[in-house]
Amino acid sequence: MNVVFERTPALSDRPTHYCPGCTHGIIHRLVAEALDELGVREKAVGVAPVGCAVLAYNYFNCDVQQAAHGRAPAVATGIKRVNADNVVFTYQGDGDLASIGCAEIVHAAARGEKITTIFVNNAIYGMTGGQMAPTTLEGQKTTTSPYGRKIESTGHPIQVSEMLATLPGAVFVERVSVHDVPNIRKAKKAIKKAFEDQLNGQGFGIVELLSTCPTNWGMAPQEALEWLTGNMIPYYPLGNFRSPEEVE
Amino acid sequence: MAKQLMKGNEAIAEAAIKAGCRHFFGYPITPQNELPQYMSRRMPQVDGVFLQAESEVSAINMVYGAAGAGARVMTSSSSPGISLKQEGISYLAGSQLPCVIVNIIRGGPGLGGIQPAQSDYFQATRGGGHGDYRVIVYGPASVQEMVDLTMEAFDVADRYRNPVMILGDGVLGQMMEPVEFHYKPAEGLPAKDWATTGAAGRDPNVINSLSLVAEHLEEHNWRLQDKYKEATEKEQRWELYNCDDAELVLVAYGTTSRIVKSAVNQLREQGIKAGLLRPISLFPFPEKAFAQLPSSVKNFLAVEMSAGQMVDDVRLTVNGATPVHFYGRTAGVIPGPAEIIKKAKEVAGGEK
Repeated sequence: MNVVFERTPALSDRPTHYCPGCTHGIIHRLVAEALDELGVREKAVGVAPVGCAVLAYNYFNCDVQQAAHGRAPAVATGIKRVNADNVVFTYQGDGDLASIGCAEIVHAAARGEKITTIFVNNAIYGMTGGQMAPTTLEGQKTTTSPYGRKIESTGHPIQVSEMLATLPGAVFVERVSVHDVPNIRKAKKAIKKAFEDQLNGQGFGIVELLSTCPTNWGMAPQEALEWLTGNMIPYYPLGNFRSPEEVE
Repeated sequence: MAKQLMKGNEAIAEAAIKAGCRHFFGYPITPQNELPQYMSRRMPQVDGVFLQAESEVSAINMVYGAAGAGARVMTSSSSPGISLKQEGISYLAGSQLPCVIVNIIRGGPGLGGIQPAQSDYFQATRGGGHGDYRVIVYGPASVQEMVDLTMEAFDVADRYRNPVMILGDGVLGQMMEPVEFHYKPAEGLPAKDWATTGAAGRDPNVINSLSLVAEHLEEHNWRLQDKYKEATEKEQRWELYNCDDAELVLVAYGTTSRIVKSAVNQLREQGIKAGLLRPISLFPFPEKAFAQLPSSVKNFLAVEMSAGQMVDDVRLTVNGATPVHFYGRTAGVIPGPAEIIKKAKEVAGGEK
């Protein structure tokens, strides 16, 4: 019998703890495939966040450091500055990266730190029970914005890719989505490109992936994917904001 | 090698480099700025990394990443900055990562002042951040001792896989004394086979402090406690001065111990049998030194640049067997020998 499909080696043979319909599993697989296709699993070092992906060290079959909440880019900086040959990536959610870790991500990008950030934006805090995130959309109901997010008192959602793209050190910035197969393929391409830029010593790279949280959005998985396309993409437009060619 | 005249802050930096530290992550704060400034000059000369982080929080997490990658790594700061680093120090201790942290203490609380103090003793010796953990803490009293203890700190950190802290203050950091550097790497240090260097030909290494099953986390905590017990057994450091026939033993560390030494000399000239017990390791506290004291000791007098912190460890060690008294100045005020002598005479004479 011919093997037509199998687990990519950079992904551990272990069931994940993610909720049904959650897109973290897809994104884990894309990251792992990119590492394997580039042949860098054995020199990869991941940095796990605090949040839903805190247990990522159980799922990536490479060296991993688990970081304090929001500090993954600082931890990744320490790793990369010790072993420049390592392929270092952070895997962070929107609470971790865009709220408590805002300073760390901005300054890692500003320094042009030669690391890759996988930024999973699902517009909510998942692990702690569906609280409002900096990326929560206007009017979106969460457990800490039960009447819907109000701009007047909580401000506008942060568009991380647009913000980081203003920094010359951020050589690769792209926002993608994983709500259907064509977009998953584009997401994979972006992740691989970001790692390639790191391997070429270009600078800081980030791929923002729009993701769903059926559990805390209170939706069925299919409904959540539709909500993503109908609500998130209009505010978080997909596309490349910076790439090394443009930077030169 | 001939002795050279160096500032305390710079001497610590050079000692770290001599001990093989090639990674330094810091953030400006007075009165320790000479240390990162020196590192920014020296690190490029030895192919090392100096990085000025965006905050103390980031600096300590860069230390975490670098330590996890297997490097000898240091950060330095002063009191308010060390408070910011506490989250990271707790993670370092929980993940069992070695590093050296320097706190050149200034007066507090809050923004406090920039004058020398010893008011971070509790924070340093009780762990400082959340959770059941300790860092190994040294309190040097001269620039040479800053050099020697910094070098030793890297070995001790590697041996115990635990953060080690050097406590100084603005006096020690700023003053110049002749120093020499003799670093001989410790023998028998464990290999860093746990470091995240890339999982080539081996299973992945994970640096982590998360453990969601309470019983597993408790087991991990008992392992940490075992390390602290071993350190308590093996790493106590102290100096006894004029204690052989002492009736009054003054207990002081760091800058204060130098002033107390002068006071002890003057008290002896005046016929009072005073001695000095100088803790050099603050965690572990040198309980063994107290066991060596003669039975002639009638009183202890702890002297600190704080409102009374180390005195608690003296009381815990003496455990009620002998009266323990306290004299301190705090918030950046340095006690002079005269006021210490006055207090010592009150204690020795039994006066109120």
